[in-house]
Amino acid sequence: MSSVTAQGQSRSAAPFSWQRVWSGVWPAVASVVLALVIAGAVITITGADPVAAYRALVEGALLREGTATRPTAFLETLVSATPYLVLALGISLGFAAGLFNIGAEGQLYMGALASVVVGFALSGLPWIVHLPLALVAGVLAGALWAGIAGWLKAARGAPEVVVTIMLNYIAYAVVNYMVNGPIRHTGTAPRTPDIQASAVLPTLLPAPERIHWGFVLAIACAVGYYFLLYRSALGLRIRLVGANREAARYAGINVNSTYLITMVISGGLCGMAGAIEVLALYRYLPTEFTTGYGFESIAVALLGQGHPVGVALAALLFGALANGAGYMQFSSGVSNYIIAVMQAFIIVFVAAPGIVRDLFRWARPKRAEVEVE
Amino acid sequence: MTRPDVVLEMRGITKRFPGVLANDHINLDLRKGEVHALLGENGAGKSTLMNILYGLYQPDAGEIWLDGRRVTIHSPRDAIALGIGMVHQHFMLVPTLTVTENIILGLETRRGLLLDEATPQQRIRQISRDFGLEIDPEAYVKDLPVGVQQRVEIVKALYRNARVLVLDEPTAVLTPLEVESLFSTLRALVKRGVSVIFISHKLKEVKAIADRITVLRQGRVVGSTTPAEAGEAQLASMMVGRPVILKVDKSPAQPGPVVLSVRDVKAMSDRRAMALQGVSFDVRAGEIVGIAGVEGNGQTELVEVITGLRQPLAGQVLLCGQPLPAWSPRAAIDRGMSHIPEDRYKYGIVAAYSLAINLVLSVFHRPPFSRNGLLQRRAILSNAERLVEEFDIRAPHAEVPIGKLSGGNQQKAVVAREFSRPMKLLVAAQPTRGVDVGSIEFIHKRIVQARDAGAAVLLVSAELDEIMALSDRILVMFGGRIVGERDGRTARREDIGLLMMGKV
Repeated sequence: MSSVTAQGQSRSAAPFSWQRVWSGVWPAVASVVLALVIAGAVITITGADPVAAYRALVEGALLREGTATRPTAFLETLVSATPYLVLALGISLGFAAGLFNIGAEGQLYMGALASVVVGFALSGLPWIVHLPLALVAGVLAGALWAGIAGWLKAARGAPEVVVTIMLNYIAYAVVNYMVNGPIRHTGTAPRTPDIQASAVLPTLLPAPERIHWGFVLAIACAVGYYFLLYRSALGLRIRLVGANREAARYAGINVNSTYLITMVISGGLCGMAGAIEVLALYRYLPTEFTTGYGFESIAVALLGQGHPVGVALAALLFGALANGAGYMQFSSGVSNYIIAVMQAFIIVFVAAPGIVRDLFRWARPKRAEVEVE
Repeated sequence: MTRPDVVLEMRGITKRFPGVLANDHINLDLRKGEVHALLGENGAGKSTLMNILYGLYQPDAGEIWLDGRRVTIHSPRDAIALGIGMVHQHFMLVPTLTVTENIILGLETRRGLLLDEATPQQRIRQISRDFGLEIDPEAYVKDLPVGVQQRVEIVKALYRNARVLVLDEPTAVLTPLEVESLFSTLRALVKRGVSVIFISHKLKEVKAIADRITVLRQGRVVGSTTPAEAGEAQLASMMVGRPVILKVDKSPAQPGPVVLSVRDVKAMSDRRAMALQGVSFDVRAGEIVGIAGVEGNGQTELVEVITGLRQPLAGQVLLCGQPLPAWSPRAAIDRGMSHIPEDRYKYGIVAAYSLAINLVLSVFHRPPFSRNGLLQRRAILSNAERLVEEFDIRAPHAEVPIGKLSGGNQQKAVVAREFSRPMKLLVAAQPTRGVDVGSIEFIHKRIVQARDAGAAVLLVSAELDEIMALSDRILVMFGGRIVGERDGRTARREDIGLLMMGKV
């Protein structure tokens, strides 16, 4: 029961402690380590050499240098990490308000569709106008798509989990219909026409490197996320609603409008991820252009524990796994499905922190703070 | 060596948690057929001691002796086998099961492959008759009032042959009438040789029911006494460690103009029953109006309607003559209403967030706490510093999660927050629930100060003593109506008690 006033200048601020940082970070680190060990065991059971496989994985994801026709491995990892990062930020924002946005995939699709339409349909615009317009179209489409779920939640109490899942299917169907019908390119494969050059999100380095401005945008999103959630009044409002909805309501916070706003921003980020993918990499819209980025990003968000730095590191990890998988399969003969096994175990351990805690008793930080009576 | 009539003895029990000595060489003995009260403030170590007895914690040092034999209790299962029963503050009942099913849970008897409910039911009826504990074994727990649920918990312990019964803050959730009935149950139990440990921080109750009293403070036994030897004031100062003023000091009210006017308000409860059947009253500036009543007679809904948290079916709430928009806590706050909600943990604080944030919960979006949409940490912290000092909130620093503070300090933080805004009306619902004696004294003083500064105060409390001590006028609620009004200076306890039961 120490006197508050007796502690000098730092009397009202919490003393910074690495211990506290570590106590937030270690479950995620432990989850990844455990998943790597288990996946290694699985590789061994299949008769391959896990050390060789992991060496190939690291090489393929980080170390291989570029050639005249092949981009640098590390930069490709950043390319893969970009959509994970933007999507996971959107999903994390939902978590902060206590909302589970499972509709990231659908919002990504809608964002991609809107961006591509703006990208090819408008012509004769300078890039300084056209590119932002295409990006904004993607953001708005994602925001609108998630906003439907947010509005239903706010106005009618409809669970956002169910609504966003359903909206995913509708988004697939809409994209499929559009690409096969109204905006189909005159060719054999169902796809849209190419976007105009003025709508392309350019690369940062000359070919064959693919690293593009979308990566810079993604980092900017992470910084913006930090300021929004931890430094702004709106962010505090979002977090309070997530932490104790009833107390927030008693304090005069409009919980329903907070839900709506959170879903709109969350969906906007997911839409931006779709926009970046099509404007920078594809430059047109195929029928099925992602392989579940929107769902894997839920794992990225969970692993990142809601903090933008954590989310960025988790996105980097998932990007590296995705990028290194091909080379691993090629050079060590281990199926790249092992990556899915690894991701699955990461999810299991992140979702069930009790398992990790029991396995790593020694790493548990001593309880720093004591109940003050 | 223990005396023959001592059933249970705890010797030198010590339990250390990181950074805090929760129990420091505690000695306690329980005689056969007595009610032994364990008195202490929140955090004094009562619950830790009882959790050790019940096998939920292992002591770092010390011994437990039962019937003259040393025992070690590793789990609640061991405790039950030794005849120790515990009724927790929060009941451990499954609401969707019947009374019988709840009682036999874990001890099911079978007839072939089927569950045999008939035999246990007979035994439950037998226990019920023997101890005068009236319960219907076939009723569903969710349909029972809180007092009866507690009775089920007691029968559950007796069904497991408990000879030592521990009751943790048993009256916290009960109405005055239910408390009476609990006490007669306890008297019947001790008459039949059961020994009871009664954990409480309420002096009146301890004096009324205990044969002996042991007082704990900061993990130590500070004294043992009997109700005959020690008065309330003496017990209070033992508990707190300094003299405590139990009576609220206040001058006669100087009522001014009407601030709050409630006009014929009707509202439904969450369960879609008519909770308010047309309630009208006024509260003037400079007076404290207390609403007495057994809980569940519409007080919760009334407070929610006034504070904009519940949409009324009919009627109006006027603040300083202007109607308040229904369904807008924000409008109420902006127009000078402060609100101490009845359930602090659920509505009053965000436990995982810092004390500093909790102190600006309703104003953080406005200058000086936010500028251009960005939070101003320095302003938030200096506001916390000021309030921590003014309201004597004990905390290591302002960014400690408020959930780690004691109940009394949490409540002082809620009071500090609500008092830090310009206040025309204070709506205080159960303002001292689950709060230690020292903090009660402080909160009462601040409420009277608010009145003297010209605020209108509406006090809702299930504690009749609190209503009697603070109110200038007393309104009694029963069945969703105001059934009586008394002057605070001349009201008699018995009279109010009758009104609370609907006997006009």
